[in-house]
Amino acid sequence: MAMDRRFAEERLFQGLMILATVLIISSLLLILLTVLLKGLPYMSLDMVTRTPQGGYYLGKGGGILNAIVGSLYLAGGATLLAILFGLPVALYMNVFSRPGARFVGACRFAFDVLNGVPSIVFGAFGFTIMIFFGLRASLLGGIIAIALLILPMMVRSIDEVLRLVPRELLDASYALGATRWETALKVAVRQALPGILTAVLIAFGRGIGDAAAVIFTAGFTDSIPGSLLRPAATLPLAIFFQLGVPIPEVQGRAYASALILTLMILIISLAARLLSRRLTRHVVK
Amino acid sequence: MPRRVKDLLAGKVLLLLTILAALLVLVMIAGLYLKSKPVLDSHSLSELLFSTRWRPFRGQFGFLPFIMGTLWVTGVAIAIAVPLCLLTAIYLSEYAHSRVREWVKPLIDILAGIPSVVFGVWGMLVIVPFIKDVVAPFFKVFSTGYSVLAGGIVLAIMIFPVIIHVSLEVLRAVPEEVREASLALGATRWQTVKRVVLRKALPGVAAAIILGISRAFGETMAVLMVVGNVPKVPASVLDPAYPLPALIANNYGEMLSVPLFDSALMLAALILLLVILLFNIASRAVLLRLGRSVR
Repeated sequence: MAMDRRFAEERLFQGLMILATVLIISSLLLILLTVLLKGLPYMSLDMVTRTPQGGYYLGKGGGILNAIVGSLYLAGGATLLAILFGLPVALYMNVFSRPGARFVGACRFAFDVLNGVPSIVFGAFGFTIMIFFGLRASLLGGIIAIALLILPMMVRSIDEVLRLVPRELLDASYALGATRWETALKVAVRQALPGILTAVLIAFGRGIGDAAAVIFTAGFTDSIPGSLLRPAATLPLAIFFQLGVPIPEVQGRAYASALILTLMILIISLAARLLSRRLTRHVVK
Repeated sequence: MPRRVKDLLAGKVLLLLTILAALLVLVMIAGLYLKSKPVLDSHSLSELLFSTRWRPFRGQFGFLPFIMGTLWVTGVAIAIAVPLCLLTAIYLSEYAHSRVREWVKPLIDILAGIPSVVFGVWGMLVIVPFIKDVVAPFFKVFSTGYSVLAGGIVLAIMIFPVIIHVSLEVLRAVPEEVREASLALGATRWQTVKRVVLRKALPGVAAAIILGISRAFGETMAVLMVVGNVPKVPASVLDPAYPLPALIANNYGEMLSVPLFDSALMLAALILLLVILLFNIASRAVLLRLGRSVR
């Protein structure tokens, strides 16, 4: 009898596990399907080549070019800024500091914790910085907020790649008389380049999809930003604002934005995966 | 410039950058604290945290409805997500063929990248009508569908990837010999999972759940879109709620015109940041220690 109960329990939990797995995967796939089915009818050439016509709250014509371009500017600028600060930090942690230094461990911990800070807090903090400098909601404000948001993940993922660079390779470079700075730039970065590119793509994907950090910092507009100090529309906010308008055409633009944003992010994340697999072939093992 | 000087200079500059970046979180706490000081000075902390009166125009800032809203929504999300994620992680780690695991794991990771607004859109289109037309009538109550339950379901789906990813890693780190020893003693697979693998992985699984909680705590846009945003302490899961992040995001426009309002919103951000830091530090510390003991 005891035997039977053991196997009955085994069966029961195996069934539950498969059920849970199927439920989780199908719920995530259902989201993709909903976005696809809702967005597809509104996709047209006008949607991706024109800005909204007649004010985005009420105007029925036009497309979402403002948000597409705004999002690309914003995420591109933020990614650039985050590399500018993130790459040197990761290089310091792996090439300049002693291996296994306490300080580096503490930094890793700090970045991991920072990575869990929600984007709305980065938005609020970015907003206080902007007030401090007398800046209005603008492309620049949004770039700063998103750069802060993606900096920790950028540092940590580049750091993970640099950690895999064999110590002997760096030692060989030092033995030839190279300084740490030369070794960092010409050996470590070159060796870790595929991983660094992957990290950059993933950070870009996170930056382009975030709404809460840009809601006060980047603002929203119907036109394409002409300078860093002008407000910029973004795809996530184009979805959020236009969905709340009870006009079918405007809501359609929101659904189209959702589809385009989701596709962009899926493509970026697939590309990141392929890239990391492809490019590792040319690296010294 | 001589190469050595350049190297020395680069080392110093990079060290400075690293320290600055690592201290960013302290700078954020300081910045938000300075901004929320006016409201902290003019109101007692207990009034701010435990009063339900939220009337910014009369200078009353009781955060209790928002704190309770956050707790309700997070609680529902965790209650849904934890059992499902644990079962899935155990299945993928202990039962599934490695080929299935190699397929499902990246799939879940990729889906983790879906932006939160898209989850919100899906919640509005699918979950909100479902609660309004099916769940609420079933319990013979009226609900617009925009409710704690809707927020909880959407949040649960959003934190699936985090919890599964971390707990799967923790379960895979349990040495194979431990399982073999248990199986060799005649235990079934489930008994092995229950009494041996889970016991060894428990701290890591707890850390995964805490990471999920802290993600749920700060999630803004998706929840904001389905939760109803009524500043009242919810009495049931079918009531609307107004979580803290939604409060911040919804009021960005009026922020500067009402006295102390911006200060109160920054205080909301500060509370959120401190709570999440606590959770994150706890779970990261557990994971770090686990990582050491495995090696």
